[in-house]
Amino acid sequence: MADLYFTEEHEWVSVNGDTAIVGITSYATEQLGDIVFVELPDIGKTVKAGDETAVVESVKSASELFAPLSGEIISANEALEDAPETVNEDPQDRGWFFSIKIADKSELASLMDKEAYDSFVQGL
Amino acid sequence: MSMNAKGRPTKPETSNISPQFGSALLQEEGLLHEVGHCDKTGVDMEKLSGRKSRLGDLERSEATGLVGLSEPEALRHYVRLSGRNYAIDLGLYPLGSCTMKHNPRLNEKLARIPGFADIHPLQPTSTVQGALQLMEELSHWLLEITGMQTVALSPKAGAHGEMCGMLSIREAILARGELEQRRRVLVPQSAHGTNPATAAACGFEIDEIPANAEGRVDWDVFCSRLGPDVAAIMLTNPNTCGLFEPDIRKIADLIHEHGGYFYCDGANLNAIMGKCRVNDLGVDAMHINLHKTFSTPHGGGGPGAGPTVLSSRLADFAPVPFVKTDKTGKLQLVEQLNDAPDSFGRMCAFHGQMGMFVRALAYMMSHGGDGLRQVSEDAVLNANYLLARIKNHLSPAFSGTCMHEALFDDEFLKGSGVTTLDFAKALIDEGYHPMTMYFPLVVHGALLIEPTETESLQSLDAFADTLCELANAAKSGDQERFTQAPVKAPLRRLDETRAARHPVLRFQENLQNT
Amino acid sequence: MRYLPLLDEDRAHMLKTIGVDSVDDLFTDIPKCARLENGLDKLPEHASEPCVEQHFSELAAKNINAGSVPFFCGAGAYRHHIPASVDHLIQRSEFLTAYTPYQPEIAQGTLQTLFEFQTQVAQITGMGIANASMYDGSTACAEAVLMAARITRRSKCILAPNLHPHYAQTTRTLTHTLGIGIEQAATAIGADTDVMQQIDDETACIVVQSPNVFGEVIDLRALADAAHAKGALLIAVNTEIVSLGLLKSPGEMGADIVAAEGQSIGNSLNFGGPYVGLLACRDDKKFIRQAPGRFAGQTLDAAGKRGFVLTLSTREQHIRREKATSNICTNSGLCTLAFTIHMALLGDVGFRHLAKLNHQKACDLADQLSAIDKVELLTPMFFNEFTLRLPKSAHEVVENLAKRGILAGVPASRLFGEGIMDDLLIVAATETNSDIQLSQFATALAEELS
Repeated sequence: MADLYFTEEHEWVSVNGDTAIVGITSYATEQLGDIVFVELPDIGKTVKAGDETAVVESVKSASELFAPLSGEIISANEALEDAPETVNEDPQDRGWFFSIKIADKSELASLMDKEAYDSFVQGL
Repeated sequence: MSMNAKGRPTKPETSNISPQFGSALLQEEGLLHEVGHCDKTGVDMEKLSGRKSRLGDLERSEATGLVGLSEPEALRHYVRLSGRNYAIDLGLYPLGSCTMKHNPRLNEKLARIPGFADIHPLQPTSTVQGALQLMEELSHWLLEITGMQTVALSPKAGAHGEMCGMLSIREAILARGELEQRRRVLVPQSAHGTNPATAAACGFEIDEIPANAEGRVDWDVFCSRLGPDVAAIMLTNPNTCGLFEPDIRKIADLIHEHGGYFYCDGANLNAIMGKCRVNDLGVDAMHINLHKTFSTPHGGGGPGAGPTVLSSRLADFAPVPFVKTDKTGKLQLVEQLNDAPDSFGRMCAFHGQMGMFVRALAYMMSHGGDGLRQVSEDAVLNANYLLARIKNHLSPAFSGTCMHEALFDDEFLKGSGVTTLDFAKALIDEGYHPMTMYFPLVVHGALLIEPTETESLQSLDAFADTLCELANAAKSGDQERFTQAPVKAPLRRLDETRAARHPVLRFQENLQNT
Repeated sequence: MRYLPLLDEDRAHMLKTIGVDSVDDLFTDIPKCARLENGLDKLPEHASEPCVEQHFSELAAKNINAGSVPFFCGAGAYRHHIPASVDHLIQRSEFLTAYTPYQPEIAQGTLQTLFEFQTQVAQITGMGIANASMYDGSTACAEAVLMAARITRRSKCILAPNLHPHYAQTTRTLTHTLGIGIEQAATAIGADTDVMQQIDDETACIVVQSPNVFGEVIDLRALADAAHAKGALLIAVNTEIVSLGLLKSPGEMGADIVAAEGQSIGNSLNFGGPYVGLLACRDDKKFIRQAPGRFAGQTLDAAGKRGFVLTLSTREQHIRREKATSNICTNSGLCTLAFTIHMALLGDVGFRHLAKLNHQKACDLADQLSAIDKVELLTPMFFNEFTLRLPKSAHEVVENLAKRGILAGVPASRLFGEGIMDDLLIVAATETNSDIQLSQFATALAEELS
């Protein structure tokens, strides 16, 4: 069973063992509008928490996804390249962006749980 | 994740309402590649002699896929298409930061005199003395208007001029041996996107300065960002909120004290010509958009022209080519980098936008020094009059008067279900081009209105009446009028999402080599 | 004043509505020390239309325009005949006085012609797609190099030795700040294919012009193969777009990006500008994403009708700001329109005929000039421009022939500086040259050299 975390940058992080799958929240997709393009990281790349790791674009905006945790990129959702609309349709499942092999699990402490994220969004 | 601009819906709701199209004066017209034919031509030429080519197997074997039209068909095709464009000559074009003023036709006539239009950039300079003199006269006017030391004429547009100014600054810093150290360029949040893009293209890091509650540079933040690693500040003045930066001289002095330079974006020169000179404000470099302030036509997106004035601190680093007078009094072009050892380089193949130089100089001479000052006064007067007429119906972003353009936020639309975009699109149905929207980024749902000096009082009144009526309609709940708009244009709202997700960038039938 | 509609009584009424006493009350934010109390009093006062016209006529009279003499200058700008309807159409108010088509519902005229333009450019260059144009060929070349560096994530760029020197300088100036390392061997006729030896695993691109600055037509196929073998891209530069009516297209020869000057179609010489830069590339997502400038794209409106919009704009400065692919904020709008209309009038038949006619004129001229004693043709494989070696300074010959009313071409020293190739003359002929003009030139040159 995976544990779900969130960041203030409106990313969700699903952690299972030492693997984290990352995507953006439905709140983020509502703010962005129709997503038209996704740029994914190279597999095998090492990232530090906070690094710009992927790009998501709507018609009039371009936004970066930051790595929520340090580690190595082990996979990327290439299906999004031809069907970026998946991110709008199913942001928290089929619309995932990339997965990371977590280098330091203690970084999880800096992320929010669902309750904390919901109240964070409420406060915006 | 970060969002640099809020996403807006661009996928229109489908609708059964179809505008009147394909009737009366608005004719249906297909694409060139549908109406043309591969065997048709509208040009007659001298017969070929049948002489064999020298090119052997480098001769083209495949067809181009081009289609042709006879002259009557071509006229009809493009005249029909022209009917689908809004234009200054049709009505008020209130695009803030774009200065859509009248384009005098005398300028078009003069630019077409063969003595300017039909001369080659590499003819012997002895055969183009009139062209070089024209460039010198244009330079004289631009320097007199700005008080600066020299002007580089070759930049081909505003953003190209920004590049020219920033490369001059970079070269000056390099000459001082400080390029390794001075990496940072301060750019206000309200800046046009070209400013950060230009500084980045010149290899600098961008440090964004927020605006204060009055829409000006936040003085305290500005002071806190100064340091020995600052190369320059890029400031638009009047700024993109339509406001003059009253601290501009202090900003200039302070940046100079810290060893940096002051780049001024000249996009809004139309507000201050003849009222002050940028040299007296402490500016080191500024591009001048001839297509804004000096009325050369926008032409559906270009060509522009961006001559860049430089202070005495930067003059030596100007790009080639430039005009100089030789010992015999003849005008010459300095084109070789060897002959200009301090120059930072070359911006483009030839001498700049000569066609625009002719138009801009004709505009200046027509107005004279007295008229140019009147231009700025009328531009500012028109904007303030419009602001006064509509300020109780829309929501001005800042209190007080403005310069040549007035900025509003979307506060007046709150709770109406109408967005800035909807409001702007509804203007189309009233016969107007929308104002600039969602720029600058410092206010929510921005609407930026610049009427320019070439609008009459009657025209301003009619526009103000329309804006007030629309604002009241939005507030009174007539949401559909806005969300469905436009319904009277040749096309309804276009699906930009579809265009971006699955780009179709050329006519499809002849897709080859892909 | 004829361009200012406000009457004094209007101004008074407006000031009252605003609630200020004088217009100067609207300028109080200007620091006192910087105010121009007397305006621009060192400049002349406003002038009437005939008065301005008179001044410009006098200036124009000091220039010798190309159409008034036998004229043979090229080297990046070419004199071609422009059908009268082209200039008529581009002066229609709806095209001339429109802004960038950001409101597509009321800018379909501009957007559709841009789409037609992109299609035509892609067709003649043999490339998958083309953008809505750049400032000119030289800046298109610089942008193509930056684009190649982003696509390959490499930073070395090799320029062919005979790339137009102004293009080479522009490319250096506009790319070196981003860490692009430019390599270029000394210019020498016949040496362009040598760039193959310079390509290595760090090379982002090679930039090869054909026909090159001396007029030589280059076979790009082996160059493309050599570049691709090392993971580098071939950027093909073309400064005389009419040549593509007769030559194999860069796309057919394996180019990845084409950067070209489109002035020859629809646009006057204009002493160097405005011109129209063409940028075309492979129809590959990776390329399109890294391309500079505007694109018009096809879509549907809310009622399901076909229409066009500016698209893929997240690459551009107004959205991406410092992360944009380029700072460019314009295209050569009206020049692209002139190009498109002229090309539509030509069609495939006319475009190819025009190219053949140009080649034929240049061949005839080269025969006549190289028959003169001690004049040598250095570039046997050419389109409409070639280089001659003269027995004396080409600069001097050009000056002397200009006095006789013939503009004889561009001395290589004008482009490369004095001292390297002073005896080389670059000569172009187009469909605008009559057969009589060709022989007038040959006769005059023979006399000048005898």
